[in-house]
Amino acid sequence: MISNIITLQASQLFETIKHDKEELGFTFLLDITATDNLAKTHPSSNRFELIYILRHREFLETHIYKVFLEEEEIQSISSLYESADWAEREVYDQYGINFLGHSMLKRLLNHNEFDGHPLRKDYEITQGQLCTTSQDLMDEMRPLLKEKKLDMNKDDLMVINLGPSHPASHGTIRTLAALDGEKIVAAACEIGYLHRGFEKSCENHNYNQIIPYTDRLNYCSALMNNIAFAKTVEDMLDITLPDRGIFIRVMLSELSRIIDHLVCLSAGLLDMGAQTNYWYLFNPRNDAYDFLSKLTGARLTNSFMRIGGMTHDLYDGWQSDLEDVLTKIDFGVTESLKMIQTNRIYNDRLTDISPVSAESAMSYGFTGPNLRASGVPYDLRFTEPHYFYDTFDFNMVVGSVGDTYDRMMVRFDEINESMKIIKQAISRLPGGDVNVSDKSIIMPSKSCVYGGIEGMMNQFKLVVDGVKVPKGEHYGAFEAANGELGFYIVSDGSGTPYKVKVRAPSFYHIAAYPQLIENYQVADAILTLGSLNIIAGEMDR
Amino acid sequence: MDVSNTHLLDEAVVTTTIDAVVDWGREASLWPFVFGTACCAIEFMSTAASRYDISRFGAEVLRFSPRHADLLIVAGTVSYKQAPILKQIYDQMPEPKWVIAVGACASTGGFYDNYTTLQGIDEIIPVDIYVAGCPPRPEAILDSVMDIQKQLKHEEKFAVRNTDFKGKLDDI
Ligand code: SF4
Repeated sequence: MISNIITLQASQLFETIKHDKEELGFTFLLDITATDNLAKTHPSSNRFELIYILRHREFLETHIYKVFLEEEEIQSISSLYESADWAEREVYDQYGINFLGHSMLKRLLNHNEFDGHPLRKDYEITQGQLCTTSQDLMDEMRPLLKEKKLDMNKDDLMVINLGPSHPASHGTIRTLAALDGEKIVAAACEIGYLHRGFEKSCENHNYNQIIPYTDRLNYCSALMNNIAFAKTVEDMLDITLPDRGIFIRVMLSELSRIIDHLVCLSAGLLDMGAQTNYWYLFNPRNDAYDFLSKLTGARLTNSFMRIGGMTHDLYDGWQSDLEDVLTKIDFGVTESLKMIQTNRIYNDRLTDISPVSAESAMSYGFTGPNLRASGVPYDLRFTEPHYFYDTFDFNMVVGSVGDTYDRMMVRFDEINESMKIIKQAISRLPGGDVNVSDKSIIMPSKSCVYGGIEGMMNQFKLVVDGVKVPKGEHYGAFEAANGELGFYIVSDGSGTPYKVKVRAPSFYHIAAYPQLIENYQVADAILTLGSLNIIAGEMDR
Repeated sequence: MDVSNTHLLDEAVVTTTIDAVVDWGREASLWPFVFGTACCAIEFMSTAASRYDISRFGAEVLRFSPRHADLLIVAGTVSYKQAPILKQIYDQMPEPKWVIAVGACASTGGFYDNYTTLQGIDEIIPVDIYVAGCPPRPEAILDSVMDIQKQLKHEEKFAVRNTDFKGKLDDI
């Protein structure tokens, strides 16, 4: 399956997208990315092309536009969508495309002393560049203050850095905040401290070798990234797993979703001083990791999936282990809720903090629990049913006002819904194979490799060339723990992708963060960050 | 009091070296600063949580200011962009100080051999213990803390360590 892509002229782009947004209701910009055609065997005359992915506000239709660039510049659409702001900055940083009319076109992921554009095909992957200083970010702060008619001296403002190395900044996020007393009046965010070159690495590894890299995108729910990536590639290959494989994937994704939410909630509660909740929510997570290490051999970074299936079937006795884990999770969540649900501190500190309206959540490009907290009923498990999700009995959890309270509570409820799905999947698990049987996709068993020439050849071809994916481009999306995790893959027909772009939910959540925390106190900002569940691995890639 | 009665003092006084006393105190009161950036930091969270419980080994007073800490635990990938920050934090820690590189990334860059990742934090700051794994299990992190405890017994107590180390950011 290859996505339907519409080609546009650079001069038509702005008007077409404006029309789509205003007349047709495509209010949701999912992602912007570029491709460098330099290394293609039959390169077109235009070196760069841009890709825009839009979605309809009812979430049933997606438009993908492609623009071949004559010059290395195009009109910015950041005036139409909030989410375009950072998306365009990233393309500028990685590919060196100029977006005309963008108000702050500067590097986003790479450091300020970086020279060149790493995702261009003529940039050598190992060419690192030392960074000696950090930027002061005042170039972003000054226009913000000017816009709000504030003056550092006259209004007696103080500028502080929250992060990047700050316990509540989740390691790698830097926020520069201008404070009036305790109140944040303006803020700017800097990311990229955990930029690890995922997309460039993908261009140098075959499809199965990329699986371990996907683990480390959202490392709190590694298996889910495996599945999202494998599924996108399988869609391009036009294959589906046997039912048993699909059910196992559903169980493992929902378990990962639970683990992810547990980490988010326990860390968020710890940030507000509710340490006991941390123990209650972290202990069952450890039990879930015991189960996963028994199954996959690793606690955190499982690399369990393969294109066309997974490394092996479930082990003997998995069912009682998994049921035991569910009981413990249920206990932890119930105990934790007992402590906070009617707790005055919890409620007072979270309600009405940084609310996001449904409309702005969409404009920011929010997805997943953060979007649902704002009352938008969007969940790919419902709108694009795959993997038998439409046959499971579970509810979509939706909040009302999108404040920090809603964002946290939606996650609590989603844990319960995911447990429902896992329980049903356990009882409905069919027998049979877990992997597709195509020898050009799945590795033969060890005995075949050592016991016959055909098996050995198949294994050799798969190791050396990788799984060959038909030529084409495809955008595949998956409802991951944090929201819509999308992969835009360009294949040139070989075993190594020509280009992979990750549409990471956290990237768009953090882009909105500076605006969300304005007019709230520093202590509120910390909780808002926790409730957005920013995972640096997928944000910075 | 009859001071000539020295056998009484035998009971009340222990003679030792200052090094041994300081050692004894330091060993069970390491104050770590966790420079957690990525997946390894999540495993560090497990190490600090109740199942693995780092406080059993006297290193649970996690400090979030480098000025209060004597053990720097670098857990996660350090990019070139992050490197000056890591150096600044290391420089702010008072002597004597120890450094643990947790995981493949902090030790060598791990499988991120690319344009953005520092190929091991020892290009910037001196490292005492490297922990293998991607991520290491919590037990391995605990083990590295115990290794530091062993190591600090063999050092001169008031000396400044690693004076001849030169990192890539040192002469700039
Ligand atoms: S060593 Fe592995 S687990 Fe640790 S930060 Fe690096 S990639 Fe993540």
